[in-house]
Amino acid sequence: MNIHEYQAKRLLHSFGAPIANGVAVYSVEQAEEWAKTLPGPLYVVKSQIHAGGRGKGKFKELGPDAKGGVRLARSVEEVVANAREMLGNTLVTKQTGPAGKQVNRLYIEDGADIERELYLSILIDRAKGRPAFVVSTEGGMDIEGVAHDTPEKIITVSIDPEKGVTAEDTARINDVYGLSGEARADGETLFPILYKAFIEKDMSLLEVNPLIVMKDGRLRVLDAKVSFDGNALFRHPDVVELRDTTEEDAKEIEASKYDLAYVALDGNIGCMVNGAGLAMATMDIIKLYGAEPANFLDVGGGASKEKVTAAFKIITADPAVKGILINIFGGIMKCDIIAEGVIAAVKEVGLKVPLVVRLEGTNAELGKKIINESGLNVVSADDLDDAAQKIVAAVKGN
Amino acid sequence: MSILVNKDTKVLVQGLTGKTGTFHTEQALAYYGTQMVGGIHPKKGGETWESNLPTGSSAQLPIFSSVAEGKDRTGANASVIYVPPAGAAEAILEAIEAEIPLIICITEGIPVMDMVRVKARLDRSASRLIGPNCPGVLTPEECKIGIMPGNIFKKGSVGVVSRSGTLTYEAVFQTTNEGLGQTTAVGIGGDPVKGTEFIDILEMFLADEATKSIIMIGEIGGSAEEDAAQFIADEAKRGRKKPMAGFIAGRTAPPGRTMGHAGAVISGGKGGAEDKIAAMEAAGIRVSPSPAQLGKTLVEVLKG
Repeated sequence: MNIHEYQAKRLLHSFGAPIANGVAVYSVEQAEEWAKTLPGPLYVVKSQIHAGGRGKGKFKELGPDAKGGVRLARSVEEVVANAREMLGNTLVTKQTGPAGKQVNRLYIEDGADIERELYLSILIDRAKGRPAFVVSTEGGMDIEGVAHDTPEKIITVSIDPEKGVTAEDTARINDVYGLSGEARADGETLFPILYKAFIEKDMSLLEVNPLIVMKDGRLRVLDAKVSFDGNALFRHPDVVELRDTTEEDAKEIEASKYDLAYVALDGNIGCMVNGAGLAMATMDIIKLYGAEPANFLDVGGGASKEKVTAAFKIITADPAVKGILINIFGGIMKCDIIAEGVIAAVKEVGLKVPLVVRLEGTNAELGKKIINESGLNVVSADDLDDAAQKIVAAVKGN
Repeated sequence: MSILVNKDTKVLVQGLTGKTGTFHTEQALAYYGTQMVGGIHPKKGGETWESNLPTGSSAQLPIFSSVAEGKDRTGANASVIYVPPAGAAEAILEAIEAEIPLIICITEGIPVMDMVRVKARLDRSASRLIGPNCPGVLTPEECKIGIMPGNIFKKGSVGVVSRSGTLTYEAVFQTTNEGLGQTTAVGIGGDPVKGTEFIDILEMFLADEATKSIIMIGEIGGSAEEDAAQFIADEAKRGRKKPMAGFIAGRTAPPGRTMGHAGAVISGGKGGAEDKIAAMEAAGIRVSPSPAQLGKTLVEVLKG
């Protein structure tokens, strides 16, 4: 689960991280009212969307010469003028895709006198099974580009989870940044604070880009991006409250109500599969035979008939879907449950597109029998190859 | 021969009394005669688990209040975990404390930070953990631990290792249909932090005499496939080599989106399918473009 920059900063601030004064606003009026509470003379007006690359992003509705999604203002009047241009318009960045995202919230904060921009993130190093700091002196830039062009400028500092951030770890990070004096002392305080927030809130990513050294020699978190481990949300009701569903696909929200792993895609073959690997492989094989999947959908292990019905309805509700492929290799999942769920869904919402079903594994024979005896217009497939070819042919009208 | 589990493996079930634990324990008893020796429940120690198997016979298993007690009383050398996510890490830690040599955790949805804690403890122990978020381990005609459908297996010569449960079944099904059969199939699980990586299992398959060829199935996210490919290439230079076929799921997955498995996400420009496929091909592993051609691809490799 992702949250907005201003939410991330407030959260980090609650752990003691230094951030600028700022206010989140939803309207031009609020922008004017709240900007006055900031000291000035420099303000930063930042679009709050769940995607990176906002500064270099462009608003769809504005001309190509208009400024991007993060703007400087030198007076309250300039803040208001910028807010008027930005709010309600659609920001397209490197990460949003061509459709872009509507900007419904702005974060207005105190400008800073920047001396240097650094990069810091904390994530889980899979190979070691430990948290790690990823640090670089090349802050404020696209870190993927830095990783590609100058990988030697990115340093990973692995943390022993049983010890936490040690004085040696802190010194190492400070050395990579080349910090001294007050900035170094700030680092000694800040790095353990960020680590604590990462662990206690079950984050999957905490990225500060940039972490700045200001002209007065102090450190400040200038931008923050935080993602949380969806599997740990059950123990963080405060984090769940930060969720902004306007940032998410409506079908994905519906799917999440039923605990279904669903990702909307651009193609026209709806897929219902059990198991994430097989679901991805099903997308891959559809593409291999020349068509495009409309979605990723893993009904998971041990799904109930109701869950299968809900999954089928979500797929059929997508107007782009011109055909459906159900591919089940039962382990925990029993094929008869799938069959019953699909039949219940078809009875409720009808079936207007071709449906190919492939059932294998636990209770496969029973599942096939249920479908065959249902009287529904369903194409059975013997194996994955057969299933993929049949649905692609059906969608292409052959 | 086989790896990890065989007819002498004695298995405790943590989470036996739940719906999932009960169903799959029945399956293991009915179709594989696996030596299931008891269940664990902190409050039901001393009771007996009874079940009518799908084969028509009935089964009873003793329930112990702790893994340590269960191990003492039964001589168990493996434990399978079906405990729900919030308590699963504690269940793994309990099995580690009881010095169970092989712990297999089926549970999906364990918080990553819990697994970080488990991994730190695991590294200082003598236990091996398979999973979590995995389908388990199966040696045909000897031992079935976990949720793999037993009827698709056939005793044979292929070692199967996979990050995905259902794609493990595909590989097994297809190698059975090709008449090759399997020595052992191992699902290592779809989470980012797990007990056992590809390299550990590949090392076992290379050392196992009965395993004549290997299928390895990876997916997007992380760099475990690249690490495994490097290992295979290094071992080949030392003369240890077996024919291998593979598959990587997620060629069509968009970057930045988690595809069901917590570990299946292309992030920071890393973990994409093409890099993994290239690394595996460079190590001499024939990567099938289609998940439906795993068995046939391996047969082609074996023909040379």
